[in-house]
Amino acid sequence: MNNKERYSRQMILPGFGLATQEKLRAAKVLLIGLGGLGCPALQYLAGAGVGCIGIMDADKVSVSNLHRQLLYGENDIGMLKTTVAARRILEQNATISIEVYPYELNKQNAVQIIKDYDLVIDGTDNFSAKYLINDACVLLNKPWIYGAVSRYEGQLCVFNLGNLHPTQPLINYRDIFPQKPHSGEISSCETAGVLGVIPGIIGTMQAAEAIKIITGIGKPLYGRMFNYNLLEGNSYEIEMVKKNGTPTIDQDFFNTIHGEFDAGIYCNAMDTDIEEIDTATFIQLRANPNIFVLDVRERHEYPVIDFSHAQIPMSELENAIFELPEKEICIICHQGIRSLHAGELICAKRNLKVYSLKGGLTAYFNKVKA
Amino acid sequence: MMNNTVQILFFGSLTDIIGEAKLCLNGIADTNALQQLLLEQYPMLASTKYFMAVNQKMISENTPLKPSDTVALMPPFSGG
Repeated sequence: MNNKERYSRQMILPGFGLATQEKLRAAKVLLIGLGGLGCPALQYLAGAGVGCIGIMDADKVSVSNLHRQLLYGENDIGMLKTTVAARRILEQNATISIEVYPYELNKQNAVQIIKDYDLVIDGTDNFSAKYLINDACVLLNKPWIYGAVSRYEGQLCVFNLGNLHPTQPLINYRDIFPQKPHSGEISSCETAGVLGVIPGIIGTMQAAEAIKIITGIGKPLYGRMFNYNLLEGNSYEIEMVKKNGTPTIDQDFFNTIHGEFDAGIYCNAMDTDIEEIDTATFIQLRANPNIFVLDVRERHEYPVIDFSHAQIPMSELENAIFELPEKEICIICHQGIRSLHAGELICAKRNLKVYSLKGGLTAYFNKVKA
Repeated sequence: MMNNTVQILFFGSLTDIIGEAKLCLNGIADTNALQQLLLEQYPMLASTKYFMAVNQKMISENTPLKPSDTVALMPPFSGG
């Protein structure tokens, strides 16, 4: 297919030509989170011809995603978002390359993955991920494009963009919000609700900012926070200021901070007797009739599993601990995090040997399908 | 009278705490006084994070308020 023709409508724009298109082709963008923000951002980046896009998400498509995550259809429910998104995007533009990361960003992998990209787009839906992206990008000196929504409002801001004002200290997320809010302090889409077009608008604007940063056209939203209100039909912009006394983000800071809240559950787990096992060990264990396999996911969660097991959702587990049999217990969940927490609850009240499937069913199905 | 008024804008989850997206208050000397007044009337504000801006510029210290200034209280959002 002729790429000159493919991109002809943008290449005839004033200030945009072959050299600009070539910058897009040479660019590497990492998109973390393939939800309401990530889907439109990905589609527009692919459409514009960004040469390499990394897509990262551990989740599978669920029916409640479909009102705002328009890359996915009803037939995709239960499938990994990265798998579906990569397929759709390559149908849209087979001349670009897509790198797939079907797992979550964490303290161990963040620096390793982000270092290979020119910039990061934040399509995540939680503060732990946003602070981790910020801190890793500061360590690596990479710009990132923050986006977030709350009901009918959306926020957008570029952080840590170095080449605009080389002599000034860079502004990062911790200059604005030095500390991560506690869980429950700020509500998520799941609890507060969101109209689908809001992440659609903000995610599309994130793609626009990425294209501006890559090509050098226009003025990036750096040092300015853009707030859009759908109900009022207006926007409000605030100029950011580099604060004194905000934390210096270096390797020690990174290790300490992300060790604390990212792996908090793991740290506690080490004090108890929970043994984390990999998929291969799990497959051996579950064949043993003396092992009680316990799924602690909520009842609406996918995928359905086809091996013999009991299900007690995390939300009901505390009341059911004394009903568990006198057997060794192997706990499974989506990502292998809740199962550790469930193991702690059980170990606190019962003297049972507890295993937890590391990486959860996400790891299991990746291995089994492979 | 009106031109002695400071306008205060609330965003995101803060509108739930205040019950409004906008307040107009008279006779507020500076941002510390404003914050204190808001915390007395809306104690839930103390349990949430936000930054303040005066006339669309973020502030990092107590800032005097003039008539017809606009103050914004902006929390982080996390939804995606």
